[in-house]
Amino acid sequence: MKKVMMGNHAISYGATLARVQVIAAYPITPQTQVVELLSEIVADQRLKAEFIKVESEHSAMAACIGASSAGARAFTATSSQGLALMHELLHWSAGARLPIVMANINRAMAPPWNIWTDQNDSLSQRDTGWMQFYCQSNQEVLDTVIMAYKVAEKVLMPVMIVLDAFSLSHTYEIVDLPDQAVVDKYLPPFDYQYKLDVKNPHTYGGLTTPEWYMEFRIKMHEAMDQALVEIKKEADVFEKAFGRRYDTVDPYMMEDAETVLVTSGTAASTARFTVDQLRAQGKKVGNLRMRVLRPFPFADVRAQLKNAKKVIVIDRNISFGYHGIWAQEVKSALYGHSQVPVFNFIAGLGGRDIFPETISDIVALVDKKKKPDQELYWVEVKR
Amino acid sequence: MKPTLPLEELMSPGHLACQGCGAGIAMRTTLKALGRDTIFTFPACCWTVIDGPFPYSCLEVPLLHMAFEATAATASGIKAAMDALGKSKTTICGWAGDGGTFDIGLQALSGAAERNDDIFYFCYDNEAYMNTGIQRSGATPYGAWTTTTPVKHFKKEVKKSIDDIVAAHKVPYQATASVAYPEDLYKKLIKAKEIRGFKFIHIIAPCPPGWKARPEDTVKLARLAVQTGVFPVYEVENGKYAQTLKTANRKPVLEYLKLQGRFKHLKETDVAQVQQLVDRRYAELEKRFQEK
Repeated sequence: MKKVMMGNHAISYGATLARVQVIAAYPITPQTQVVELLSEIVADQRLKAEFIKVESEHSAMAACIGASSAGARAFTATSSQGLALMHELLHWSAGARLPIVMANINRAMAPPWNIWTDQNDSLSQRDTGWMQFYCQSNQEVLDTVIMAYKVAEKVLMPVMIVLDAFSLSHTYEIVDLPDQAVVDKYLPPFDYQYKLDVKNPHTYGGLTTPEWYMEFRIKMHEAMDQALVEIKKEADVFEKAFGRRYDTVDPYMMEDAETVLVTSGTAASTARFTVDQLRAQGKKVGNLRMRVLRPFPFADVRAQLKNAKKVIVIDRNISFGYHGIWAQEVKSALYGHSQVPVFNFIAGLGGRDIFPETISDIVALVDKKKKPDQELYWVEVKR
Repeated sequence: MKPTLPLEELMSPGHLACQGCGAGIAMRTTLKALGRDTIFTFPACCWTVIDGPFPYSCLEVPLLHMAFEATAATASGIKAAMDALGKSKTTICGWAGDGGTFDIGLQALSGAAERNDDIFYFCYDNEAYMNTGIQRSGATPYGAWTTTTPVKHFKKEVKKSIDDIVAAHKVPYQATASVAYPEDLYKKLIKAKEIRGFKFIHIIAPCPPGWKARPEDTVKLARLAVQTGVFPVYEVENGKYAQTLKTANRKPVLEYLKLQGRFKHLKETDVAQVQQLVDRRYAELEKRFQEK
């Protein structure tokens, strides 16, 4: 069934179709519609779930950890400051190997207060052990919620689904709502092997000495390696079930591209519009949309950028005193494998629009340079 | 002689509690009342260590260790999952120390109490951050020495009234208890287990290293805390207060204070101040006990 819906509602429908059993959430702009719709769906008993209206995001994640540990499929959604407040428990949920799924609406960190899109909130959580999937359409958001549980429950690591504030969360698009029966077949009920069980009592998360701590950590890392395999596998399985394909990266006009624009989130659709315009002028430009931040798809990134002459990474985020964060990731993947120059542009922070002209100006600037003469370039900044 | 408590032990020997640990007695008694169909979550607290290091555990019920400030919300999450999975009969318990309850965990505690989630929240109260080395908490009483309230600047603030804070949430059941009176605690838990909604149990649990007391005095101190009125033992059921351990002739607080090195710097005037604080609190509670 096709339905016009905002990105936030695509999350709610995704969670409903995934038959989540416990939802714990706290309101934050621009996430609120996610939980508002879920509240209605649960109240109407269209979804058999417990909804805990907690008093903070920290408690939202704590409740998800409790629920997931007891064997329920747990879900929450947040944004920005809320995600930052959860930070401690993001480490905890990953360390506890819980397949929790959360949607995070990318919103700038304060101060100054700003509710618009910016990736510093989610990218700051890079090293917590959460998988991160960045979406560019409402259809992808809904599909990714369903796919996320599949991957998370296979490898026992949590997943964060990430989408841009307003430019996706509040933008209405046509979304194909899959049949519940098809989703049920794709995502069967989950029986957590390590659940809190009074008939088979165990202690989880207890004090662990240096003798054993590293063994827990390598298992998490191996689970993330396995997650990459599962994500690649699910690209095929999901496509077979639903007719839509999502991989770790999403290439556009990349076959003969000499200049590659690397983007994430909704900036990709603007980049693609610009690529079309530049192609019409005879310029061999392509776009590589990064979908998965963790586990990082090294092989796919290297393969996609193998023939590029110049790589431009547009970051809607900044690691102060360093580069944009996607640029760091891409450079690190290419190091020792490629000599291609990587140009890093910081654009669109705090929800500033990234226009087609923004991107064509970037390409024009790069055209004039053989290699970067600055560590990074800030674009369209008032001085 | 007929035993006053079940003989079955769900807490094994070999745990890592200090000699004379009140928190150990509190857990042992609690498990006798709640039985095997019970799940616990602990924040950072003494019990993080007492239970035993990986891969050991001294408890014969499932236990989820959790972050410091998250006890109540975690228990709410476990409860929601058990409801969703059709296992509503299992008793879900948060079990935290005083720091994790009075201070860092207060927000989550308030949230769960306000939602009236069907869980037990236990606070075993040893009146300071004992696991980290005796730092003052909101539960540390007036006059006490801790490593962050040295003798020259002993604690001048009164103990936070956590029971009144919880009572302000109008929870269906709350009680105080002392490890010196296990039958009283047991009876309360057997009753509370059948009550649906939020249940708060506050247990005074002496800490020999933190209180600078002799391990063999733990039960004596827990008894004196009640007999002097320092820690009145009562329950509140749907707003109705009832004193469960009567203390007709209260002993002077000095009898309680003098067994503890943490109070040994107190001058006569300071002791008088403690006595006054205790008298005032006791009078306040007595009024509530008499309310019909």
